Parts: sequence; C-alpha cells; structure tokens
Amino acid sequence: MAEDEKDGVNRRGVLECMLWAGTGVLWTVSGGVPRSSMLGISEANAAASGFTFLQISDSHIGFKQAANPNVLATLDEAIVKIGALPQKPAFMIHTGDITHLSKPAEFDDAAQAIGKAKLETFYVPGEHDIIDEQQGQAYLERYGKRMQAKGTGWYSFDQNGVHFVGLVNVANLKGGGMGSLGAEQLAWLADDLKGKSASTPVVLFAHIPLWTVSAEWGWGTEDSAQALGLVKRFGSVTVLNGHIHQVMQKVEGAVTFHTARSTAFPQPAPGTAPSPGPMKVPDDKLRSVLGIASVVVKSGTQPLAITDTALGAA
Amino acid sequence: MSIKSLLIRAFLAGGTASCVIFAAVALPGEAHVTIDNFSFKLPVLTIHAGTTVSWENDDDIAHTVVATDGTFRSAALDTEDKFSFTFDKPGTFDYFCSLHPRMQGQIVVTP
Repeated sequence: MAEDEKDGVNRRGVLECMLWAGTGVLWTVSGGVPRSSMLGISEANAAASGFTFLQISDSHIGFKQAANPNVLATLDEAIVKIGALPQKPAFMIHTGDITHLSKPAEFDDAAQAIGKAKLETFYVPGEHDIIDEQQGQAYLERYGKRMQAKGTGWYSFDQNGVHFVGLVNVANLKGGGMGSLGAEQLAWLADDLKGKSASTPVVLFAHIPLWTVSAEWGWGTEDSAQALGLVKRFGSVTVLNGHIHQVMQKVEGAVTFHTARSTAFPQPAPGTAPSPGPMKVPDDKLRSVLGIASVVVKSGTQPLAITDTALGAA
Repeated sequence: MSIKSLLIRAFLAGGTASCVIFAAVALPGEAHVTIDNFSFKLPVLTIHAGTTVSWENDDDIAHTVVATDGTFRSAALDTEDKFSFTFDKPGTFDYFCSLHPRMQGQIVVTP
C-alpha cells in the first residue's frame, strides 16, 4: 500500500498499516508533528520516536446467537493479546457497539473486560449503545460525561501533537437513510478545528464508516462530505470506523480511511449476502475473522506497510 | 340446475370473494409482522382502526420499530422479542428500524 509515496513530507506516507487477524487495531504514530521529521532531516525509528494507540470495535456484549455465543470470551482474548504486545499502547479507542442492547449489565461486563487492559480508553457509541429507554443517556452517563462530550457524545482531545476527534453518527437517524452527523455536531467540529495548524495530524473516529461502503446496507454517513470538507486542509487525516465488522481501507489524498474488525462476530462483504447480518463461520475459523491491525507511522520516506497475523489459524 | 346447486355455487362464489378480501386486509383485532433478514416481512400492512399490530423479531440481530411521526417506538428487540401497538385512528404510519434505518415499513389504517 502506498508504495509510490516516497516523499517524506507527504502525509499519506505517514501511516503504515500492519494487519494481524486478531481482535483490535493497533496504530502507531511515529514522529507526530515535529517539523524536523516532516522536512526529512532524519528518519525516525517508529518504535523509538512514536507512540502507539489501539483501536478495538464492535464488542457487542450481550449478543448470543450462533455467529458467536460467547462474545465476552473473544473480547477477553483480545484484551489478553493487547497485554502481550511488546510495546504498551498509550491508550485505546473503541469505535462503538460496545454492547448489543444497551443494558446496564452489558455495559458493566464490557467495562470490566476492557478494564483488564489497564489502558485509558476513549469511546464513541454505536447504534447498539443508544437503545436504552432514554435513547442514549446510559452511554452518556458512562462514557460521555468523563470527556465532557457534547450533544450525543462528541468530543476531542490531543495526544503527542495529534488531534483526536470522537464523532457520533448513529443518533437521530432518519428512515431510509444511513449514518448522520447532524448540523449541530458539524458546527461544533468546524469550531473545534479552527486555528489548528494544517500540519497537525488529525484522527477522526466514529462508529459508522464516514465513506459509503454500501448504500444498500446503510454502511455510510449521509453528511460525511461536510465533515471531510472541514479536514481537507490538513496534511494528515486518519478516519477510524467500525460497524461493518471487517477490515476495509481507502486512501483519498491525504485521508486514510480504515474500518476495524469486530471482537464479536464477522459480517459479510457488501454484495456477497442478502443482508449484512452476523455471519456464522466454522467454529475453528472464528478467531481468524476477528482481527488486530497495526498501523505504524514512520517519519521520513517510509511507505505504509500492512502485516496480517491471525489470532487463530485460518 | 337445482336450487341446491345454485345455492352452493353462490355460496362458493361469495366465500371465495370473501377469502380474497381477507387476504389483503387483516381482520379487525390482531395483525402480525415478522422481522427477519434486515426487513419487515410485510412492508405494507393495511388494517382497520382498533387493530393491534404485533411485530416479532426473528432475525439474529436486534432491531427496533419506530414511527417516523413519533406515534410509537419499541424498546430494543432482541431475537424473539415482540412489540405491539394498537392503532385507534385511521391514517398512514411510516416506520423504520432506528438501528438500521434502511429497513422501512408502513401501516395503513382504514376506518
């Protein structure tokens, strides 16, 4: 991937993606924004100069159908795998569908399992996380408040010179539509990004993909073009999503899109099944379709590299 | 032709016509909509006012039943969960699944 990107200043070359089939996504940002690296003065070693963060997604705690009758077990396995990483990530991002039915016990079980990683974790809700009686209050109580999130749970934070933005595109959806950010959130995003230098790497994370993977299956966000327009001026933009329970990547200019696998169950590729429901695979294959991806950022001229490692044998 | 056979033929004709009508419009009282494979199996259901419609989720993923105009909203329906709503007033009620908004249905309530 991005073999042609030799120019060290080009942000496409900033992210190197290594995919292992496992249950989360590990991203490494190397070099952050130090101007000296951007000018190609020295090629920093990723491990030495960067920081790493992890993405996990779609744990669906509470799901108990054939595709995976024990989603808590596979989440536990993902966390164990995280603990075994040679370099401890700085933090973790969960791109939503933490629970299956927004039940208190499900939120509790997920928190307990994820807590074993002993990593600060940042969340955005999936549509399955906001189906409590109060339509989203349960999620906000647990995960929105601590980030002083606005509206249905959007917020931003900075880490090592990288600007992270958690977006919510699963609330107030309209019949017949796809995901939606809404005017209020877009206005907030415009304000949030104002004044930020274009050389600040930006990471947007939201549950539903911010590009149209499949309109027929609702795998896209109606007003994502407006959000992407707001980040157009930045030299390095990474979009992390979940929802589709499979890895997809796309590079468009300086924007890299990536969806993570689920820790619970896979879903079919668009067009390969009549509907996007949970996909049952033979029991001994399940862990091979739940994956960890590592993305390594190297400053200088290193292109992206993707490495697949199966959690279990394929 | 005997009167008996005439009566039988009339009865059968009327009965057949009635059956055709009842297939298109549910009887007052109850109606059922199955949810499966990311779809409402009866996308358009016509009922009389006073009918209670029950949705049952036979899919292996959760769904909801939400009226576009806010008239009704189910809880999260796991597999085998049900939701019922009684339609007292005539009208057309569009609804969708708030988890998967491409799933849409319609209840047409006649007086």
